[in-house]
Amino acid sequence: MKETPLSNCERRFLLRAIEEKKRLDGRQTYDYRNIKITFGTDYGCCIVELGKTRVLGQVSCELVSPKLNRATEGILFFNLELSQMAAPAFEPGRQSDLLVKLNRLLERCLRNSKCIDTESLCVVAGEKVWQIRVDLHLLNHDGNIIDAASIAAIVALCHFRRPDVSVQGDEVTLYTPEERDPVPLSIHHMPICVSFAFFQQGTYLLVDPNEREERVMDGLLVIAMNKHREICTIQSSGGIMLLKDQVLRCSKIAGVKVLEITELIQKALENDQKVRKEGGKFGFAESIASQRITAFKMEKAPIDTSDVEEKAEEIIAEAEPPSEVVSKPVLWTPGTAQIGEGIENSWGDLEDSEKEEDDEGGSDEAIILDSIKMDTREVSNIGSQDAPIVLSDSEEEEMIILEPDKNPKKIREEQ
Amino acid sequence: MEGVMQTDAKMRTESGAESSPRAPGCSLRHFACEQNLLSRPDGSASFLQGVAEKSRERLIRNTCEAVVLGALHPRTSITVVLQVVSDAGSLLACCLNAACMALVDAGVPMRALFCGVTCALDSEGTLVLDPTAKQEKEARAILTFALDSVERKLLMSTTKGLYSDAELQQCLAAAQAASQHVFRFYRESLQRRYSKS
Repeated sequence: MKETPLSNCERRFLLRAIEEKKRLDGRQTYDYRNIKITFGTDYGCCIVELGKTRVLGQVSCELVSPKLNRATEGILFFNLELSQMAAPAFEPGRQSDLLVKLNRLLERCLRNSKCIDTESLCVVAGEKVWQIRVDLHLLNHDGNIIDAASIAAIVALCHFRRPDVSVQGDEVTLYTPEERDPVPLSIHHMPICVSFAFFQQGTYLLVDPNEREERVMDGLLVIAMNKHREICTIQSSGGIMLLKDQVLRCSKIAGVKVLEITELIQKALENDQKVRKEGGKFGFAESIASQRITAFKMEKAPIDTSDVEEKAEEIIAEAEPPSEVVSKPVLWTPGTAQIGEGIENSWGDLEDSEKEEDDEGGSDEAIILDSIKMDTREVSNIGSQDAPIVLSDSEEEEMIILEPDKNPKKIREEQ
Repeated sequence: MEGVMQTDAKMRTESGAESSPRAPGCSLRHFACEQNLLSRPDGSASFLQGVAEKSRERLIRNTCEAVVLGALHPRTSITVVLQVVSDAGSLLACCLNAACMALVDAGVPMRALFCGVTCALDSEGTLVLDPTAKQEKEARAILTFALDSVERKLLMSTTKGLYSDAELQQCLAAAQAASQHVFRFYRESLQRRYSKS
């Protein structure tokens, strides 16, 4: 679906509000929206909500052979998908530009910053390494996809546990989660992207733009930083001209924000860890707020199936007996068999184009026709049918009478 | 004039607690659902319950087509987008439930609600409703039914494995009993949503 265009008055309104330092949702210039992180029952599955923008992150791993030029390093694979449910404009064919941009930025942020220790993913040098795959799905688009996606990716990676492996000489043993506890990945630092939107040729800036603000912005500056104030990636798009001190100011703001977000992530991970250890309930089901009017839960419900057998027997007793089973197949030549006799076409007048459907007349015919179609060459005059009814060769002929030996000829004619 | 409605359902099949061995007797796992959680689509719901892709899509589509009153919205495309968050067994049934709740949330006119129930038959012939992934793997046959809410009639069924027709009828009867619970869940969650208190 095409994106609904932004009306001029809405655009003017947004820009005027920004000039007066007002945002539609009441935030200050440097305020982030509420970040909520929830984990699923499996390790490595999380949903991050940045305001209304929602990203699902899933991490999975597999043992593969390493790349030829990096025989001792594991492989990391990132993939962000813009689900069709995120916005009406995200159709399967249509999102290439934005998608490529986001994927590229995410890769640079996570792969090039070496936040994951790929050497620790090596099992047998040159033969087996872990391939870690991070899949991110955008579930709802309300602006600032890149921030939400980077948080989801790093949280999912921190949460993930890979199966334990041990190498003794030539033997590699892969332990299941039941045998040995799975092992977390070795993560050096957590790079987090912070987005700055610029308006009026760089005069005004906003942190964490929402979808409306993104539509009217002039340019976007994304800084990926970790809590040690190291910049991992920096990208400026939109062609705005930024001054040096503007960029420095943004990086200072990013430092503060990243610290806050990292604390939040740590707290969320710790909480989840605690709940799992204590044996409490965890997973998405628990994180649905029960106070919310739009959420509802129901406990495990036993179903009384004691009368199921009687009911079933009743139904079977009252039901009609199944229709007569088909007679035995007759083998004409190897690969060609016949089941049943041909029947009169009861479909009435049909076009030639529907001959294929006619051929499937009775269910008994289906099997025989398949085998016949495959063996049109072999079949010449099958069987000892009675004098077949001669139909004209005209393609316009509509009445079709199904006789097993007629069909092969017909098929050949159609060709 | 054309219109497009988007209905999205995010669905998770999870049981919340870990897969403890199921006590004898049938029970449905813990349910939870959230509606209207996405701001962009017209309606959305998240449903959590204790080649395949294309065939599942087709099954869900056929079920939806059977209940949605399409004649009230000519030249309109209704898109249902389902995202699997995690799979802990009974995936198709959960998809069906999520699709139904999302359609309700979007306000699409339907002639009935529908729900999905999965039964598994293990090697001894014991019937288990709403099987976990482990139970599904070890089962001799897995039957999934879509039932409608008006008379609990069968809308769609898909089965895998070997079973007798008596077992089929038993599973169907059990599924009908289970569907009552699911419909009660729908009703209560919608009542809560539209309640004033």
